[in-house]
Amino acid sequence: MLYNEPSPLEVKVVTRRFGMANSTSIETYLATDGYVAIRKAMEMTPEAIIDELKASSLRGRGGAGFPTGMKWSFVPRNSGKPSYIICNSDESEPGTCKDRLLMENDPHQLIEGMLIAGKTVSSNKGYIFIRGEYRYLIEIVDRALAEAYAHGFLGKNILGSGWDFDIYTHTGAGAYECGEESALLESLEGKRGIPRLKPPFPAVVGAFQAPTILNNTETFSAVPAVLRDGGPAYAALGTPKNGGTRMFCVSGHVNKPGVYELPMGFPLMRLINDVCGGIRNGKKLKAVIPGGSSSPCLKAEECDILLDFDSLAKAKSMAGSGGLLILDEDTDIVAVALRTIKFYAHESCGWCIPCREGTTWLKKILTRFHDGAGKPGDIPLIEELSNNMFGRTFCALGDAAAMPTTAFITKFRDEFEAYLKKSTPPVDTPELAVV
Amino acid sequence: MLTGKSMTFSPALEERFAKLLTSYPPGRTRSAVVPMLLYAQDEVGFVSRELIDEVAKRCSVTPLQVDEVIGYYSMLHRHPIGKYNLQICTNISCQAVGAEQLMEYACRTLDLKNRETTPDGLITLEEVECMGACAWAPAIQINYDFHHKVTPERFDQLMAALRDGSYEKKAS
Amino acid sequence: MADPVHFTIDGHQLEAQPGTLLINAAKQAGIEIPAFCYYDGLTLQAACRMCLVEVEKTPKLQVACTLPVAQGMVVHTNSEIVRKARKGTLEFLLTNHPLDCPVCDKGGECELQDMVFRYGAGESRFVETKLHEDEQQWSPVVYYDRPRCILCYRCVRICNEGLGVNALGIGNRGANSEIVPNMGDHLDCDECGACIDICPVGALTSGTYRYKTRPWEMEHAGTICAHCSNGCKTTLGVRNGGIIRANNRDHSGINGEFLCIKGRYAFDFTCHPERITAPMVRANGELKPVSWAIALATVSKKFSELKARKGKVGIIGSNHTTNEENYLLQKFARQVLGTSNIDHHRTGDVATLLDALHGKTGALATMADLYNTKAALVLDSDLSQEQPLIAFQLRANFRHHKAHVYVVAPGPVREANYATTIEAAIGQEFEALESLREKLAGEPELAIVFGAAIKGDAIRKLVTFGDSLNIPVKYVGLVDYSNSRGASDMGVLPDLLPGYHGIAEMGLEPGLNYDQILTSTELDALWVVGSNPASRQPIAAQNAFVVVQDMFLTETARLADVFLPVASAYEKSGTVTNVTGEVQKLVRAAKAMGPKPDLEIFALLAKEMREDIGAGKPEAVFQEIRRLVRGYDVLFPIIETGGAVPTMPLNGRVPTEPAPELIRSARNTLFTSGTLGRFSTMLNSVLESPGTLYHQPPTPEPEPPVGTVTA
Ligand SMILES: Cc1cc2nc3c(=O)[nH]c(=O)nc-3n(C[C@H](O)[C@H](O)[C@H](O)COP(=O)(O)O)c2cc1C
Ligand code: SF4
Ligand code: FES
Repeated sequence: MLYNEPSPLEVKVVTRRFGMANSTSIETYLATDGYVAIRKAMEMTPEAIIDELKASSLRGRGGAGFPTGMKWSFVPRNSGKPSYIICNSDESEPGTCKDRLLMENDPHQLIEGMLIAGKTVSSNKGYIFIRGEYRYLIEIVDRALAEAYAHGFLGKNILGSGWDFDIYTHTGAGAYECGEESALLESLEGKRGIPRLKPPFPAVVGAFQAPTILNNTETFSAVPAVLRDGGPAYAALGTPKNGGTRMFCVSGHVNKPGVYELPMGFPLMRLINDVCGGIRNGKKLKAVIPGGSSSPCLKAEECDILLDFDSLAKAKSMAGSGGLLILDEDTDIVAVALRTIKFYAHESCGWCIPCREGTTWLKKILTRFHDGAGKPGDIPLIEELSNNMFGRTFCALGDAAAMPTTAFITKFRDEFEAYLKKSTPPVDTPELAVV
Repeated sequence: MLTGKSMTFSPALEERFAKLLTSYPPGRTRSAVVPMLLYAQDEVGFVSRELIDEVAKRCSVTPLQVDEVIGYYSMLHRHPIGKYNLQICTNISCQAVGAEQLMEYACRTLDLKNRETTPDGLITLEEVECMGACAWAPAIQINYDFHHKVTPERFDQLMAALRDGSYEKKAS
Repeated sequence: MADPVHFTIDGHQLEAQPGTLLINAAKQAGIEIPAFCYYDGLTLQAACRMCLVEVEKTPKLQVACTLPVAQGMVVHTNSEIVRKARKGTLEFLLTNHPLDCPVCDKGGECELQDMVFRYGAGESRFVETKLHEDEQQWSPVVYYDRPRCILCYRCVRICNEGLGVNALGIGNRGANSEIVPNMGDHLDCDECGACIDICPVGALTSGTYRYKTRPWEMEHAGTICAHCSNGCKTTLGVRNGGIIRANNRDHSGINGEFLCIKGRYAFDFTCHPERITAPMVRANGELKPVSWAIALATVSKKFSELKARKGKVGIIGSNHTTNEENYLLQKFARQVLGTSNIDHHRTGDVATLLDALHGKTGALATMADLYNTKAALVLDSDLSQEQPLIAFQLRANFRHHKAHVYVVAPGPVREANYATTIEAAIGQEFEALESLREKLAGEPELAIVFGAAIKGDAIRKLVTFGDSLNIPVKYVGLVDYSNSRGASDMGVLPDLLPGYHGIAEMGLEPGLNYDQILTSTELDALWVVGSNPASRQPIAAQNAFVVVQDMFLTETARLADVFLPVASAYEKSGTVTNVTGEVQKLVRAAKAMGPKPDLEIFALLAKEMREDIGAGKPEAVFQEIRRLVRGYDVLFPIIETGGAVPTMPLNGRVPTEPAPELIRSARNTLFTSGTLGRFSTMLNSVLESPGTLYHQPPTPEPEPPVGTVTA
């Protein structure tokens, strides 16, 4: 079901079946040219499929925005080894709530996307890694899988092609880090979600030590449209190098928060004002966190910007996972910074020193600071510790914690200074906290 | 260690386990460890030492290898919790629209601190990280059910429903 | 060898083999890149981030412990940003590391201390509260202090990868991560203590050593373990003449970083309360302490008298006294007492093996060979229990070189989780071997390691089998105790002289063997040196004059008329020969007040009897051995400087009658060590069932653990 009113400005590609009567059923899917793309793919060479994807300039919707066609082309084909198709449905980036809708409203679209990937690298097994909190989705997706088997889209000798493909759901159990692709693979193998050394990358050595295509739920869900309407048509929906549409998850201080599918490169201010009905209670905009909590915030004056990977990168932020948090003038940035670092400290896997100790230390400083016990040295210290983490950790989680912190403290230093003014520094005699 | 007395589960769960063990490539039953623990926890209530040994046996890994993952995944717990697991997200999107106040409200009205359980064993309160409901915040989960845009009034209704047993599944 | 790649580190033009890790390439050039989690031979982690360096043309700092050198790479290991990064990492580490160095066992030997000294910041800006957790005791010998742990995962890797025990894991997440033992709150493992040795800080400490001393108050003696036949080097830490620690901090021994529980902890027999320090003579039925002069006089008087009237003397030698002592004892027997009634508890059929291999060169495998051989076959031995170092070598060979290992054993063995294993009852081995013939013949080379159950003709049959494979084959005949091999080589045998010359060469008749001596009722005297036969079988010679040399009042010693207290292996010098025939030097660590080395006792007795068997100086006797004993003309300087030298192969037959019935394995495990083990309080305090660890499921396929570079 849908949790917010659609917007007339939306360009519905991956969400086109949302809101239809029993949109999850295979009948609905087939009636709305479902499983057309896989039939097409059956007739195409892997090269042709990959070229179509490259032409679509579809980029990963999980966060990194890596060109999907190129990623698929890295997978050694017919290497003799088995290969795997993994869907990243761990959706844990704060501010992001779209993969959930895709599985809840149109699971067959995702299945078809994975089928096409499977066909491309002649894989025989796929897994959908769903975060543990999304238990109800496992039931929905399993039902859809059963339907697909019943209609011969999964299982042995698919559509008489002689090719076999199985898809299974696999549940996580509460760990943001398992969204990181290599940690996800460890988790899939029944281990702690500790990321792997790269290289080798999953495309070459992935699930069960075999070549693997790993994509975000939305990325796979977009693939059927790309093959059905053609890469160029899909690309045309967006801006150069940022093909198609994407689901923007808008939260925070707007009148109509919600998930909206809009063209890549849609202007941020139009999203806030025209799609989401502007800032609520007539307040002024203070800041936007444009791509999930890992992305550096934009100050109001920086928000005249297009929502695509390259524009946001140019502004030293990121389009990330498409989760936008809109903050109004009354927002306490220090509180947001604290809550953000609390999250990363809680989710750090603990493998490497800078991330494990850095996030924890920052959390402690910011907690004290927020409680009104800040000290003059704190602000530069927070800044320096973030820098000591950035670029030095084992995986990108360390960066994900450092980048927003740095942004908050540099862009809103005045707010931190203001906190200092009303703080009463504590006596520096830390007694031991028992864990 | 691997020869503890074996546990049995409901037919439905046993069926699920049987499927799990065949879902992965040959020799990869270790992959079933995390799902098995979570599904079993939902039925048994928590991860007991006995369950650790059982899962180890079924997935042919060592109890230590099972033990290692339990501490890692925040949804797995080694001690019993309330009948209803009440989780309130206070991450930034929910925070922006009053989740921290909602958490305080919950603590006050339920007379609980974070991670505590009501004396009658009905409700365990937990402050959690982003659960994927950011656009419909503030959000909470009761066991696995989502509840969106939860106001204090809505919260009171839900708690009342938990107490008088009228609470039934609905992801509002 | 591929062409080397050329690169620059800190301005030095260098070259190395492709694939060489930057951290090692730098080390080869004498440039230190600091690291915690990197450990040679274990899987890569890249977790501590201490080894970050600057590589030109790459934006981020690079991790030297996982980065292979590349052609044209330009590296800076000591630039401003690198120094700053190290400071930052150390500052992060110290946020939760307690600064209790003054009371920490590791203080003075701590890698974190040294790193902070060399690369750290002067002061810490951390003013928040540190995490605290109480110390945990995991076993009588292993303690864990969580706050001190820096999570380098070395202990986990040495336990899982090195020993194959898998007793340590990682628990919790993030800042609460910690090392966890396999039994939840305690360990069930080999208790080898490798985790303690490898810990760079004081997080894992030893039950026998903790809070005993400051490291710099000890003197160190690198000697050979007194227990099993594998012959590991163990470094004894001595303070005020007493041994308070054993480890192998300098990895100079044939055992590299390996030691088992016995080598690491079971040195406390030296100060056991029941240790006898004064000689004793039986007076009206009771053993009474006397002076050495009286004790020695009593023995020599009796021996001289028996010699005069050609009385019947039987001598049981030792399989843990030194080569020099074994040599001098048999010399005493044959030259002074004129008897060949001398033997020892044979724990393996060494003589038959050497005879079966006569004429072959390089047919005996060394410890190093077991790490390098392309393939190995293990027969009738539970290696990880009975021959721990050999088990370690083969596992390391598999990990590092993918060696093929085959095991044929009567019961479960730990090797099963990586080796091709066939269970076959004793006596059925050869059927199993036939089933492996094709595989084995397909190997480029093979090392065959066989237990004492293979003896007499079975050994000849095994060598014939080896020959029939038409590939180079080397052998290891397993024995127990620290110098079984030496006892045999030195001719502590009724029919063989030192170096396996037939007794006939001296125109003598073979004497009584071990069983004959113990069952003979007509002995006038029985002389037992460093052995406890009465613990295994009754001694028939009721009215014989019994002399016993030992450290304790053993079952046998209780029957003595004269008891002579001796120095232990850790209290004397000399040489011993291990299971793989490698000669190594004992270095005297502690002083024994009262007891004397067996060697000195033999010399004094001879002197009392006005006989000349040479001065009782180990060095002198060893030179005599090098001159006269076949196979022992070994390189002296290497041994003198603490190295191991294999004995030379024999180039003639060994004229001996097979006596398989005399071959009896001691069946010692990791937690027993014959009579000696009974007097190690610590060894007896560890009640383990490591056997249960065997039933661990094998890993589906050898697969690189997290953090391994597979490309
Ligand atoms: C700490 C961390 C968390 C991540 N979480 C997610 C996630 O929840 N979902 C997701 O699709 N990608 C996540 N990613 C990105 C994945 O690593 C990976 O790039 C992505 O799933 C690839 O799919 P795509 O190319 O379709 O985007 C995360 C990355 C990091 C470093
Ligand atoms: S393996 Fe043998 S020699 Fe080595 S330490 Fe253990 S007991 Fe001593
Ligand atoms: S040694 Fe390189 S990261 Fe630890």
